[in-house]
Amino acid sequence: MYKYDSYDQQLVDTRVAEFRDQVRRRLEGHITEDQFKPLRLMNGLYLQLHAYMLRVAVPYGTLSSAQMRMLGDIADKYDRGYGHFTTRQNIQYNWIKLEEAPDILADLASVEMHAIQTSGNCIRNTTSDQYAGAAADEVVDPRPYAELIRQWSTFHPEFSFLPRKFKMAVIASDTDRAAMRLHDIGIQIVRNDTGELGAAFYVGGGMGRTPMIAPCINPFVPLDRMITYAEACLRVYNRHGRRDNKYKARIKILVHELGKEEYTRQVEAEFAHLLTQGVEPPLAELERIKAQFAEPPFEVGISDEVDRSDPDFALWLDTNCLPHKAPGYIAVTISLKPVGGIPGDASADQIRLMADLARDHSFDELRVTHAQNIVLPHVKKADLYALWQALDAAGLGTANLDRIGDIIACPGLDYCSLANARSIPVAQKISERLSPRSEEIGELKLKISGCINACGHHHAGHIGILGVDRKGVENYQLLLGGCEGADTSLGTITGPGFDEDGIVDAVDRATSVYLANKQGAERFLDTYRRIGMAPFKEAIYG
Amino acid sequence: MAEVQFRFRSDEPVADPGVTVDAFGAQSNAAAVRLEPGDDARDLLPHLGRLRLVEINFPVFGDGRGYSAARILSEAGYAGELRAVGDVLVDQLAYLRRCGFDAFAPEVPLDPTDADAAFTRYGQAYQPAADGLRPIWALRHG
Amino acid sequence: MKILTGNDLKTGAVVWWDGVSWSLHVEDAIDAGDQAETVLAREQATRRVNAAYAIDAARDAQGVRPAHIKERIRALGPTVRADLTLKPADPEAGNWVI
Repeated sequence: MYKYDSYDQQLVDTRVAEFRDQVRRRLEGHITEDQFKPLRLMNGLYLQLHAYMLRVAVPYGTLSSAQMRMLGDIADKYDRGYGHFTTRQNIQYNWIKLEEAPDILADLASVEMHAIQTSGNCIRNTTSDQYAGAAADEVVDPRPYAELIRQWSTFHPEFSFLPRKFKMAVIASDTDRAAMRLHDIGIQIVRNDTGELGAAFYVGGGMGRTPMIAPCINPFVPLDRMITYAEACLRVYNRHGRRDNKYKARIKILVHELGKEEYTRQVEAEFAHLLTQGVEPPLAELERIKAQFAEPPFEVGISDEVDRSDPDFALWLDTNCLPHKAPGYIAVTISLKPVGGIPGDASADQIRLMADLARDHSFDELRVTHAQNIVLPHVKKADLYALWQALDAAGLGTANLDRIGDIIACPGLDYCSLANARSIPVAQKISERLSPRSEEIGELKLKISGCINACGHHHAGHIGILGVDRKGVENYQLLLGGCEGADTSLGTITGPGFDEDGIVDAVDRATSVYLANKQGAERFLDTYRRIGMAPFKEAIYG
Repeated sequence: MAEVQFRFRSDEPVADPGVTVDAFGAQSNAAAVRLEPGDDARDLLPHLGRLRLVEINFPVFGDGRGYSAARILSEAGYAGELRAVGDVLVDQLAYLRRCGFDAFAPEVPLDPTDADAAFTRYGQAYQPAADGLRPIWALRHG
Repeated sequence: MKILTGNDLKTGAVVWWDGVSWSLHVEDAIDAGDQAETVLAREQATRRVNAAYAIDAARDAQGVRPAHIKERIRALGPTVRADLTLKPADPEAGNWVI
């Protein structure tokens, strides 16, 4: 894991002091709310439905056990005993007091964490593959590149007042577990024919009101030019992205309106110029960072066997665990989606338990996934049964990774001031209704957003649900056929919307159509792609 | 027109206010120009020799195009005064300074103590910009 | 009726204009009538409230009820965590919200 040196620590400490001063000036009336709002947002502090909400950055989703424990302690000390893990691999607290926010940032800084640029029209927290460093299929661990981007983007003087927010993701395997092509910039670290590593740049993807899949604008940027290339992409966007309409201000609209070729031409011209300006960190800096992501000291010659005699454990093993590149180890996903629970929420005690389990069983590391779960990336198979028992006793042992109960849901109108409809109750009802058929239904990614901003990734759900406001009443649209992986696709709306109970029935009917039509080992998505929308529509509205 | 409240240069300030980019093209003797957010800073590059003052206007602080304009001029070797005017607030000063601005004429004068703290708070930065500060990666690797 | 709501600047708590100051309880809200803009401007300028605005509401036998679901949820708390609402001990308290 990346460890701060004195430079990193000093910047974060200075930020705490700066924010403390900004809060003081707001409370004393030296600045207005309009002036303060962008300042608090750039420290992740929103004003939501019930209170201030603080979004803490978890860079590329990686946490140490000490950091995780601090997240639990903050939930107890400053909030109401829980936190909410988000689709940006971050954590949010829902009941924060403005006057205490600087103290929270100081507590975070004591474990090398912050809330810098978790909101605002700037470069946000960079996300990555939750199995980085463990996945058998990765070309290389993508996190050092994400860390290089974190540093470059932190307090970037030119790109802190962009037309709109800017999200980046870095992956390093063909299996995309980070929805890379649905980001403003998605980077895939690739190896070319001569064995050299480089960065493929995908620019102009995103969800929101106009979902778009990012086109590849450069399939191979050498690693000693990656930051310069990103700087060129951002400069073209900062200068020419639309500022007349916030709904058309994301880079996807610029790339779409200019066309991929013209946007790429402008980036290449800016890139050629910036190469003369010395903005690229030396490769020695990348090597310094890489050294901190060195593989943990895996034991060799240990057993690769797991005792499957407990059927509940065997189901969890088959559902929630991923093969590891090191023999005798496995990557574990802890589901934060108990049947009928609130997706992504964890109590302070659960957070601290996961911290302890990571310390004892996963080389001190945890990951937050964009699907709002937690990963212990490096668990010894010999420890697995004991680990599962500890999780299960704490309500963290649900076996439903990528199943119908593993629903992504934004906070919705229960918490969010932007929302038009509640998301969580819909997730709870679907989970309760369909979890009993979880194994029969198999892989099915269901994603719910409570408004068009699509924080719940509804466009990318095999089944997506979008909450809208119809004359003051919550209404839910159903989408089918979205997917966020290497075969990214956007869902299609089935037709007229439903009320809360109606949407649950509609999802139930859609899964029945799948089960009636499925051939062989087809997943829901495969069947949908083969038979198309018509049979689903007929069952849902017929 | 707002007064220059902070200036980090020792040369004599240009007395004339900046003319628009269009007027600047037509007046071959003008030494001061004022850029609006939609103007292309690169249009000025052929004329850097005669330019002594570029005012970059921020009609609203959230429109960040002026930061790119400033860096483009600095990167091209412009060494005259680069003045931020308009909705210039305390918490933008450090970013502006890093992008090459060396004079500030905020529409509403700023608290001098707050401004001084903003200019000096961060002594280091992760990325090089137009202020000559050596980035942290350069400090790390000598 | 027109009632005024906002958040406490320091704590972020949801508050309602009761004619004299800002209450945590929507039942205390009064009809601000044509004074709405004046009160909002004055109270925000003195930082006694933050991000305040006027909404439509009605008074029935049980109390003051905001017209829109968003403010009804703000008035009580999240519908999915009864334990965190203003009336955690009363299971019927949220019946009017949705």
